[in-house]
Amino acid sequence: MTSTFLPDKRTGPGAGSPPPAAGRRPPGRARRRALHWLTAAGFQLPALVLFMGLVLLPMLFALYAAFFRWGGFGMPSDYIGGENFSRLLQDDVFLGDLWRCLVLVVLSLALQLPFALAMAVLLNQRMRGRAVYRMLFFAPYVLSEAITGILFGMIFAPDDGFADQVLGKVGLDGLGGEWFADPSTVMATLFLVMTWKYFGFHMMLYLAGLQAVPRELTEAALIDGASAWQRFRNVTLPLLAPTLRISVFLSVIGAIQLFDLVWVTTAGGPDHHSETMAVTMFQYGFKRYQVGYASAISVVMFGISLVFALAYQRFVLRRDLEGATTTMRGDGK
Amino acid sequence: MAVPLLYAVLSGFKSTDELSRNPVGLPESWVTSNYTQILGSGDFWRLIGNSTLIAVGTTVLIVAVSALSAFSFARFAFRGREALFTLFTMGLMFPFAVAALPLFLLLRSLDLLDNPLGVILPQAAFGLPMTIIILRGFFRQIPGELEEAATLDGCSSFGFFWRVLLPMARPALGTVSVLAVVTSWNNFFLPLLVFTDAQWWTLPIGVQQFQGQYSAEYAKVFAYLVLAMVPALAFYSVAERQLVGGLTAGATKG
Repeated sequence: MTSTFLPDKRTGPGAGSPPPAAGRRPPGRARRRALHWLTAAGFQLPALVLFMGLVLLPMLFALYAAFFRWGGFGMPSDYIGGENFSRLLQDDVFLGDLWRCLVLVVLSLALQLPFALAMAVLLNQRMRGRAVYRMLFFAPYVLSEAITGILFGMIFAPDDGFADQVLGKVGLDGLGGEWFADPSTVMATLFLVMTWKYFGFHMMLYLAGLQAVPRELTEAALIDGASAWQRFRNVTLPLLAPTLRISVFLSVIGAIQLFDLVWVTTAGGPDHHSETMAVTMFQYGFKRYQVGYASAISVVMFGISLVFALAYQRFVLRRDLEGATTTMRGDGK
Repeated sequence: MAVPLLYAVLSGFKSTDELSRNPVGLPESWVTSNYTQILGSGDFWRLIGNSTLIAVGTTVLIVAVSALSAFSFARFAFRGREALFTLFTMGLMFPFAVAALPLFLLLRSLDLLDNPLGVILPQAAFGLPMTIIILRGFFRQIPGELEEAATLDGCSSFGFFWRVLLPMARPALGTVSVLAVVTSWNNFFLPLLVFTDAQWWTLPIGVQQFQGQYSAEYAKVFAYLVLAMVPALAFYSVAERQLVGGLTAGATKG
């Protein structure tokens, strides 16, 4: 790299170690500190401008607009206080959104993630064709939601779609149904598609976590006479905990914000039975021009995400995030 | 898992008649016209071109801006650093749908509707948090001695960043680039809002429109879907290691 012939090891100004906060500074130090700060800030500037202008500003504006009756043209002027929010609480569709959101979250946590975990444990064994399976399971994740949605919309077309045809062939006509078209099965179908698309992603996370479990530990347990289940339960699972916590977090946030997949398959139908908060917001904001009301929906959606995220960080992720939220010198929060 | 994909590929080789008679088995006669028709149309290639342009633009912007910011987070100590970083991490919680309305209005007033920048800039902005978090974790692992040596040799902060840090961080930059490309390529919501003019449509929107137009001709739609999947799957098979390695690094580092 470099060779230096300097006898004394001085740290250069700027990066790395901040000057210690001494009581009395020699002249020139103040100027250097200011320069240091300016350099650091300069590196942040582009990211800040982009983030403030296109993420924070629109967010704050949505919060502001939520207190107005506003059609989206000109500036909001018809202030109505909390009326949009009280209207939300009486809106059956929105209350249904909340309920459906909860259903999706529970289903994801109860079915999708354990399934992904089981597959990850299986694929973590030495077996033939492991790489192929990995590719296969992860592939749906890189496909666009829109494409996935349309594909499954056709597969689950009532009667002449692939699913009903296959069931008919093997004599299970009774199981064939309306899928997306029937209010009672639409959510189950939607969840099926969600699982197909996202389960590979979670499986990959778990696989990576499993790779990090030291082989010596499971071997030691084996020698101590632990059964396969005991080994999994007492060695693998605790070590996988950080990965599990991240995966649960992403899964919940994803369920709260689900839009694309619903929009291209059912657009929330039949009769709002598969609508999510994001879809309802889109309907009001871009189709009916009740932008104030739509903003209120988005504020609630953000509020739910935020409360969940903060609570989750506070109670679940505390240890995992140490690397991310404390400073190098450990004087963080 | 693979059945739906396989089914779609095979269906593309059938005529719509045959598809309704024989949905499950191999095609009686392999009809290639569905595929060739689409590949022969300029529309499809234009969609691919638009998607590519937007994905590349987004990625370059995200990586450049995030790298600068992550460098500052990782190697500088300054007042307000933690608060600022927390602000960015909170960005992970911002659902795009929430900002969609005001963003749309903002873009309208900036005259960025029907302009690829109207998709590139917001996508980059929303991609920042994740990218900054991943890169910051990586930049921190680079030993401080390197920096001291570079400084002694008369390197400025930016010189060190440009000549030493970035070349060393190539794997991490690869990972975040792959993530950005995939996310941009699949984005549906934002292009849907921004582009009213068909000349700028991206692939996911094109697929949806095509399906609406030819809803009765199943076989055609299947062929279109398959062709629309090919670029993403091809890209994924090339970049798989990068993506999977990076996702997990990002996931375990918060």
